[in-house]
Amino acid sequence: MFSAYLDFIRIRFLMMLAYRVNYYSGILIYTLNIGVYYFTWQAIYGSQQTLGGFTADQMTTYVAVSWMARAFYFNNLDREIANDIRDGSVAIQFIRPYNYVFVKMMQGLGEGLFRLLLFMGPGMIIACILFPVKLPTDPAAWTAFLFMLLMSFLINSQINIFTGLLSFFVENNEGMMRMKRVLVDLFSGVIVPISLFPGWLSGIMKFLPFQAITFLPSSVFTGRIQGTGIWQVLGIQLLWFTILILPIFLMWRSARHRLFVQGG
Amino acid sequence: MLAIDVKDLRKEFNVQKNREGVKGAMLDLFRREYTKVRAVKDISFQIPKGEICGYIGENGAGKSTTIKMLTGILVPTSGDIRVNGFVPYQEREKFVRGIGVVFGQRSQLWWDIGVIESFQLLRKVYRVPEAEFKKRLDELVERLQLQDLLNRPVRKLSLGQRMRCELVASLLHNPSIVFLDEPTIGLDIVVKTEIREFLKQMNQRYETTILLTTHDLQDIEALCSRVIMLDDGRIIYDGGLDELKAKWGKGREVHFQFAAPFQLEQLQFLTAGLEVAWSIENEYTAKVWIPLEVNVSDVLSRVVGTTEITDIKIIETNTDDIVREIYKSGSAEESKLHLLGEEKVSNV
Repeated sequence: MFSAYLDFIRIRFLMMLAYRVNYYSGILIYTLNIGVYYFTWQAIYGSQQTLGGFTADQMTTYVAVSWMARAFYFNNLDREIANDIRDGSVAIQFIRPYNYVFVKMMQGLGEGLFRLLLFMGPGMIIACILFPVKLPTDPAAWTAFLFMLLMSFLINSQINIFTGLLSFFVENNEGMMRMKRVLVDLFSGVIVPISLFPGWLSGIMKFLPFQAITFLPSSVFTGRIQGTGIWQVLGIQLLWFTILILPIFLMWRSARHRLFVQGG
Repeated sequence: MLAIDVKDLRKEFNVQKNREGVKGAMLDLFRREYTKVRAVKDISFQIPKGEICGYIGENGAGKSTTIKMLTGILVPTSGDIRVNGFVPYQEREKFVRGIGVVFGQRSQLWWDIGVIESFQLLRKVYRVPEAEFKKRLDELVERLQLQDLLNRPVRKLSLGQRMRCELVASLLHNPSIVFLDEPTIGLDIVVKTEIREFLKQMNQRYETTILLTTHDLQDIEALCSRVIMLDDGRIIYDGGLDELKAKWGKGREVHFQFAAPFQLEQLQFLTAGLEVAWSIENEYTAKVWIPLEVNVSDVLSRVVGTTEITDIKIIETNTDDIVREIYKSGSAEESKLHLLGEEKVSNV
């Protein structure tokens, strides 16, 4: 059975590879994104040395690393699930001896690996040449980061799956999915690091799962969090991963009883 | 041994009520009103192992809902289901290993990858051993002539090609029960025939139980020994196809072509005493309607010999007509149908 789940990773990877134009434009988009944020932050810093504890160079690295992380954890599982539910093809998922939620998670992983290796890899090399990005040389930092990246993926996918499954309960899930997307991009710290948020807002952020997606792992990787702080970050990620299992489980269970296969 | 055992099965859906006008829409924002719709109304039936059973009814009669409960997709509101000894929705993952399902209107293959990749993936999902898989695939591929299609992506297949692949996909794990929901919808007559032949052979060879919904009654005539007919969520007929024809086929029609002109009165005089109805089309051709109680040969023997006849055609009511008749009468004839049902019981 496990090999079937692995196959879902492989097949999603192959499917992404099948569209070539998509591939080349993807590399360009990721490089451009890093570039746009780099110049924006340059303008904001102006002659200032630091901003919210970040030096301009740290900020450049933070931006590059955050986008690298986003390449891996980002997926459209919410939309895919919502579509499956809306057009009734979720029925097909119920006649197979596997767990739909796990399958979706694996497909997301295949997509993430593809983006990380084939979009972000080349994109990062280009970004390192063009902009002053300083990646750590310590292998321990890389190991920790990769593990945290996996956790970011899991937490983000859980939020996506949760949002997607809402389609079982509301007629039109479009609004929720858009809101989720904005929330995740803004509150995870991809656009603005959370330490630059006003005090009250960054206070609230401490109680939400979003910072565990980008801000915390990127802070570790850029060296702003060190020593025991790293374990704390890992703890927070694991905690959110565990907490988010429960609502998904409950939703999936009650969805079985609510399922109304549309279109006959 | 029973393959499917259903008792007092019921399914209700909550359907949203949309109130009228701006005010209604505003009210809907805060409090939705729902109406309960009962799609399947306490039906019971049993299907023994190895039987091919047709499950027919008009659109919206509750066929698909029943199939979805039998396959574990939907959870019934009340009643008992046992399929293959499982309660489908409870032990879903274990249960679905033993069944195959084809939905004519939905694909279960992966759209973007080659057909063979889909099959390989299903092999892993169903944990079919490699050797067994290969043997079975070869057999199915040869039987349904898919050799040339295996490497094509599913999105590039025609409907007929896709449907044959869907069949293979649902049979790779050698299920003992197969559910087919409109498997021949939209297919041309050649593919239809091919699929019917294939299903029949599979049933004979592996004793596969097949439950089939369709709007094409030729599917039923070609395959099914038994029919369950559904109307508005209730079973209105459950029995053999021949029996259905005998009960509902009200009579036969005989067409005569005469060599010489004739009068209607002449013909009526010839068959005096028999309860038949004549009608004429022109002075050379006439039709006679003969109810089931009257023998066709009695009528023929009276007519033949008195006039010179150039052609005789006997027309039996076909299943299409019968079913159309039953659909049309629907609930109005329900009492009559219940009588029929009771009569059947007393006959036994």
